[in-house]
Amino acid sequence: MSNRIDEKFAQLKAENKKALITYIAAGDGGYDLTEKAVLAMEKNGADLIEIGVPFSDPIAEGPVIQAASLRSLRDYHTTLKGVFEMVKRIREKTDMPLLLMLYANTIFRSGTDAFFAKCAEIGIDGVIVPDLPFEEHDEFQEASEKNGVYNISLVTPASTGRIAKIAAQAQGFLYCVSSVGVTGMRDHFDTDFNAFFDEIKKSTKIPYCVGFGIRNGETAKKMGSYCDGVIVGSAIVNKVGEFGQEAVPEIVNLCHELKNGLNQA
Amino acid sequence: MSKIGRFGNFGGQYVPETVMNAVSELQEAYEKYSKDPEFLAELHKLYADYAFRPSLLYYAEKMTKDLGGAKIYIKREDLNHTGSHKINNALGQVLLAKKMGKKRVIAETGAGQHGVATATVCAYFDMECEVYMGREDMERQALNVYRMELLGAKVTGVDSGTATLKDAINEAMRDWATNIATTFYCIGSVMGPHPYPTMVRDFQKIIGEEAKKQILEAEGKLPDCVVACVGGGSNAMGIFYDFIPDASVRLVGAEAAGKGADTEFHAATLTKGDLGIFHGMKSVFLQNDEGQIAPVYSISAGLDYPGIGPEHAYLHETGRADYVAITDEESVQAFEYLSKTEGIIPAIESAHAVAAALKIAPTMRKDQIMIINLSGRGDKDVQQIARYRGVNLNV
Repeated sequence: MSNRIDEKFAQLKAENKKALITYIAAGDGGYDLTEKAVLAMEKNGADLIEIGVPFSDPIAEGPVIQAASLRSLRDYHTTLKGVFEMVKRIREKTDMPLLLMLYANTIFRSGTDAFFAKCAEIGIDGVIVPDLPFEEHDEFQEASEKNGVYNISLVTPASTGRIAKIAAQAQGFLYCVSSVGVTGMRDHFDTDFNAFFDEIKKSTKIPYCVGFGIRNGETAKKMGSYCDGVIVGSAIVNKVGEFGQEAVPEIVNLCHELKNGLNQA
Repeated sequence: MSKIGRFGNFGGQYVPETVMNAVSELQEAYEKYSKDPEFLAELHKLYADYAFRPSLLYYAEKMTKDLGGAKIYIKREDLNHTGSHKINNALGQVLLAKKMGKKRVIAETGAGQHGVATATVCAYFDMECEVYMGREDMERQALNVYRMELLGAKVTGVDSGTATLKDAINEAMRDWATNIATTFYCIGSVMGPHPYPTMVRDFQKIIGEEAKKQILEAEGKLPDCVVACVGGGSNAMGIFYDFIPDASVRLVGAEAAGKGADTEFHAATLTKGDLGIFHGMKSVFLQNDEGQIAPVYSISAGLDYPGIGPEHAYLHETGRADYVAITDEESVQAFEYLSKTEGIIPAIESAHAVAAALKIAPTMRKDQIMIINLSGRGDKDVQQIARYRGVNLNV
């Protein structure tokens, strides 16, 4: 079964382009705003989109995405069921790769098999589970594989000695975390990127993209030079926090800036 | 499914990749030092010279006569240095941190007992210490906040989520992910990713080992029932562990029913919770149908946690231990009862165990023996209990 993620990266490679992957917190500002933002990002340079399912205790997130999760749950009563309905509407309007980013308990509690079957049914191509390390990868593996949904693996600069084994079983693309810590925009990076990406390059046959801390055209250009694409979350979510229902034009501008930076990488 | 750090189906290592290397590093260090006679000798010397172990096993004669059932003994963890069992674990983990060459220790705290114990041991070992505490708990336990600062620790308030223990853990994990190379995360209970549930239990199992030896000396036989309060579950695992192979010993955990396990305001995890994955472990959690972790409530900040250690979930599932839910009112009555009957003011957490004992002991025969684990002393709670009873202390 072919996966839209593989097809997209194959297409980008043929065009000699790098991927812009954007993240938005589902239901932050309401489902309609998320849907509008997703479709606008696609038209304005995003190649893959991660839709974050809000969780009460997002331990891997920095302040921006924590705040968005809280707004989504408290002010808009976002639910997984609601996110699935929204994705179904989005899928009718686009054929781009869509991923869910969500915590392990959200999948587990909804019934692992039922969850992945639903993903396949409505056209979710992959999931990113920040609290599921290599050691527990088996938790969802059978169900995700059976349904052709990729379970995206992460590596970090603290993954010393682990990168090869993680990369060996990775699907779709490898999510490279730029620096230790939580999600969020950074002023500087302490990581030795040459060493980090050298090890990744040696270890993986699939595309690898970098996230955490990329916030503008300049950082997209810098980080994009090391790999096959960049992942931008907090900078986009921050626009929703700042501009609320008026955020879409701001997100569009940011996508243009990111894409321009990335095209120079 | 991985078999690492499992108790039956429970446990595991469900943490972000960012901290996984530190978890593995800790796992290797613990496997090494837990078998190292020198490390264990050093720890036991600290238990004796610094924490004032062994703690007494006290025969509660008046309580025994008053209840008219089992002969009641109280394991006096309240007499340890810093006033609770938390010092056992803090000594173990901070000593391990020192061996691992870490310079900085972080901890979460609910009631403040674990924070105080960690700050104390860090002062002793000249380690930098930062304690995360929910803003609401800081207000409930202002004295312990000052105590930690006095000991040289930095106390950082946590405003996210419900501003209680679970949020303090979230924030400590974020700190750990950020400062992974220099920092040791000293978790206060038998919870979190492997090796914590096993390691913390091992640092606390001294309670049960002592109690068994002491009761055999005093009575020449094993107890029939051992009772302890359960939040995350460290004092209970500590006293239960050595008795698990002794099938005749009934193990009872008392969890916090707050305003009632059938109301919205409780922390009775095993009574009302469901299987889930959170804070690094597969265990039982209070949560809604969508897996969002539920806000919890108890008069006791130390039991105010929406989960439970995986080994307790396993003991519950296999029926080896029973878990009962004790309300705020029952625990306050037990707090007052033990103060008046034995002249011992228990921590409000430990008063939940006393309350369970008040129910169970009268149903037992006079030739049977019960041990209550009195995990901490109640000085920190006096003001709150006064407020609960409508007494204004003007302090």
